Amino acid sequence: MRYLPHTETDRKAMLDAIGVASIDDLFTDVPEAARQDGLIDLPRKQTELSVERAMFAMASKNISASSAPFFVGAGAYKHHIPSTVDHLIQRSEFLTAYTPYQPEISQGTLQTLFEFQTQVAQLTGMDVANASMYDGSTACAEAVMMAARVTKRNKAVMAGSVHPHYVEATKTLAKYSEVDVVRTEPGLGGLDAVAELIADDVACIVVQTPDVFGQLHDLRSISEAAHAKGVLVIAVFTEAVALGLVEAPGAMGADIAVGEGQSIGVGLNFGGPYVGLFACKDDRRFIRQMPGRLAGETVDADGRRGFVLTLSTREQHIRRDKATSNICTNSGLCALAWTIHMTLLGEKGLKQLAQINHETACDLADALDEIDGVEVLNDAFFNEFALRLPKNAAEVVDDLAKVGVLGGVPASRLFPGQFDDVLLVAATETNTEEDIAIFAKALKGVL
Amino acid sequence: MGMNTQGRPTRMAENISTGGYAETTSGSKGLDQAEALIYERGSVEQTGVDLPDVKGRKTRLGGLERQSKLGMPGLSEPETMRHYVRLSRKNYAIDLGLYPLGSCTMKHNPRLNEKMARLPGFADVHPMQPASTVQGAYQVIGELAHWLMTLCGMPGVAMSPKAGAHGEFCGMMAIRAKLDADGQTHRRRVLVPESAHGTNPATAVQCGFTVDEIPADETGRVDMEAFKAKLGDDVAGIMLTNPNTCGLFERDIREIADLIHEAGGYFYCDGANFNAIVGRVRPGDLGVDAMHINLHKTFSTPHGGGGPGSGPTVLSEALAAHAPVPFVVQKGESWELVEHEADAEGEPFGRMAAFHGQMGMFTRALTYMMSHGSDGLKQVAEDAVLNANYIQARLSHVMTVAFEGTCMHEALFDDRFLADTGVTTLDFAKAMIDEGYHPMTMYFPLVVHGAMLIEPTETESRSGLDRFIETLEALALAAKAGETERFQAAPVHAPTKRLDETKAARQPILRWTPSNEPEMEAAE
Repeated sequence: MRYLPHTETDRKAMLDAIGVASIDDLFTDVPEAARQDGLIDLPRKQTELSVERAMFAMASKNISASSAPFFVGAGAYKHHIPSTVDHLIQRSEFLTAYTPYQPEISQGTLQTLFEFQTQVAQLTGMDVANASMYDGSTACAEAVMMAARVTKRNKAVMAGSVHPHYVEATKTLAKYSEVDVVRTEPGLGGLDAVAELIADDVACIVVQTPDVFGQLHDLRSISEAAHAKGVLVIAVFTEAVALGLVEAPGAMGADIAVGEGQSIGVGLNFGGPYVGLFACKDDRRFIRQMPGRLAGETVDADGRRGFVLTLSTREQHIRRDKATSNICTNSGLCALAWTIHMTLLGEKGLKQLAQINHETACDLADALDEIDGVEVLNDAFFNEFALRLPKNAAEVVDDLAKVGVLGGVPASRLFPGQFDDVLLVAATETNTEEDIAIFAKALKGVL
Repeated sequence: MGMNTQGRPTRMAENISTGGYAETTSGSKGLDQAEALIYERGSVEQTGVDLPDVKGRKTRLGGLERQSKLGMPGLSEPETMRHYVRLSRKNYAIDLGLYPLGSCTMKHNPRLNEKMARLPGFADVHPMQPASTVQGAYQVIGELAHWLMTLCGMPGVAMSPKAGAHGEFCGMMAIRAKLDADGQTHRRRVLVPESAHGTNPATAVQCGFTVDEIPADETGRVDMEAFKAKLGDDVAGIMLTNPNTCGLFERDIREIADLIHEAGGYFYCDGANFNAIVGRVRPGDLGVDAMHINLHKTFSTPHGGGGPGSGPTVLSEALAAHAPVPFVVQKGESWELVEHEADAEGEPFGRMAAFHGQMGMFTRALTYMMSHGSDGLKQVAEDAVLNANYIQARLSHVMTVAFEGTCMHEALFDDRFLADTGVTTLDFAKAMIDEGYHPMTMYFPLVVHGAMLIEPTETESRSGLDRFIETLEALALAAKAGETERFQAAPVHAPTKRLDETKAARQPILRWTPSNEPEMEAAE
């Protein structure tokens, strides 16, 4: 086997050095009834070439996003990733390193995490950020639990326009805790229903902008109302590029901002791995209750600047059953990809990228809105919006796929039994004018 | 130039102090190049990407244009390349040498796996595409699920957990859901050995359980008498790592499983150490009800400096119906995805995260499994155990083995051999850095004083192990010979000297702050 260095001679010599006759002698603690006599019933080893063939065969059964006019969003977005990003994250020293527990030989990872934390804080308009979570949905769930710890209250109110997977992930994490999670009626309206539930016993409200329908929300007045009752505001986003153009959660009163970072530096990957962004205000109460790892600056024995993982007394390996979260491994390499892409962009590139996304989406909205019976439902959006169709949206999406167009996500796939005629469509810098024309024509054809 | 308001240098040149880099003007030392933060290198006017011009059309943002400052510098492509390549060279990595972090299974990461994960048919596919356009993706999930269930001898698996701890959460949630469904709502106590990973007690608490610790016996295994005494009507289950964190197989594991089942509880196995037994022992045959599998350990998806991981969780007959959504099912020739609780036949406890799991890790792990086959995987376990025992046997005359007898895939030493030398486990570990090795896991498990947990994995050659053993031997002898200072000063050959972690925690600086911008400009 090509990954195993030992020859039979090596194995024999090593068994001799250990003082046992055979490898079986090292497995004698295994109860006899549980020892596998032969091989487990699975295929035998294969050459590199033969594995490639099998994997190619499976990959070729999928339609990749770049091979079709593509307008699918709903929490994951197709963006162009500069070639430099994937090259750099495949550097052995990044790819095959572990969590930076030994800082003296992990400064590469630690400095990039420190830079990542700073960029996330700046993007979200918050003060501090952690070194990443698994993804946006789990970051959202952890934020709710953190808000409950900070406020010592046990009720969370989530807007119905938050991505349903985020709501479900949050309800799952909270399921057997003291925290009660309620969601307002889903829909394209404003946040009034959330505002009505703000009360003295509420730990936090969770609002998303742009929301799952693509609608943008001004969080300022609801934040004010929440803060008046001591309620924390958790702002969620699933499209990080939006923050290059749209007002930051931190500037609209959010206490904790969480979101999906995938659209910067991380490919679609059929849903994972992605990178959860988690940022909050610089308040000792908050930072002590944050989940996940934090890189921090310090000095070495010579007084030179260096970076370490810090404030780990919040974490499971120190605090065990009193930890702020059970998270250990996070999304390090995706965070690296994110920070490299963001460094390439800088705020200049990010703003331009965001503007192009928005303009492309506006062009798409105009083109689709012209179709008879099709209506754009949003009055404000970034690069994704909801369409009302004269037909069942799930059927439309399947019909579009048959003519080679990946035309969005039926809202009913996220809200079963609801919004049957609503289609969520996204556009990014990867969509050409031709894509938009093909989509509009195809949509007209299948209606 | 000078210190900023947080008392830290704002330019690399100022990082010069009395030692180390003082000999050079630039702060670099040959191939070890100093590298400033992007905030000290870049400019908000610079960008490393070329984008089409904006059209300047009217926006539809509802008046929500960003007014707040961003302040993020950009770097051109060549500057970006240098920044990260220079930083990368300050990292240790498996590709550079033995990485004996016990419990972390730092094995070779085959590049075929990377290549397969990057096929556009996997990497460039959206999770919400229509089913007809992602049949190959569903198939990967289904095939990997089949391999995992077969290797474990278990009838169910939840594929969506995103890392080991997330898998623990999945397994314990399934147990909680099963207990509640059976009306066993009084069962809220979970038994966890003292030697367990910190994630175990943290997870149990997340699922609304309380944690009751079981001590280890003098052989490093579960103290059976203490365990039996803790069984009772309120016990929900046990969370046990096997092989355990002392690198030992729990000999009484079948009895533990039987007793916990008789008591009405369930057996969660932490699968972090599955590498020791993969292909040779099926956890289902040990009476396990749920076990997460770290694809980034046993099945070699890269650790990436701290993730991403993936933690599929195998489930017994009793628990399988409570697996979370989503999951794939095969219907004739085609695959379907069950995404909603209402569409599931069983009673899923919920959803772990958005979408369908760590697909990028699935493709890598499946590639790895297919490459090895059942024969290769069995050899993996055997060579992993062989290597650890070789290290233990050859170092036992200079270092102190924590527990007598052979070990599984990792060798555990304590610090008795350092008694009266003035050298601590930490010093010893830092001295290993100077010798070109990543240290072993230190001070874990907690049941052993000054623990040093060495897991070489199966991908180390005999000659590589010999060099490692000789190095540790020499270090142990040097410690005993009174070369204390060398250890206390270590590392001296790493990119930095020993870092002050206490200062980092007492005066947390968690980000670069713009307060030093004017100073930067003034300095330039």
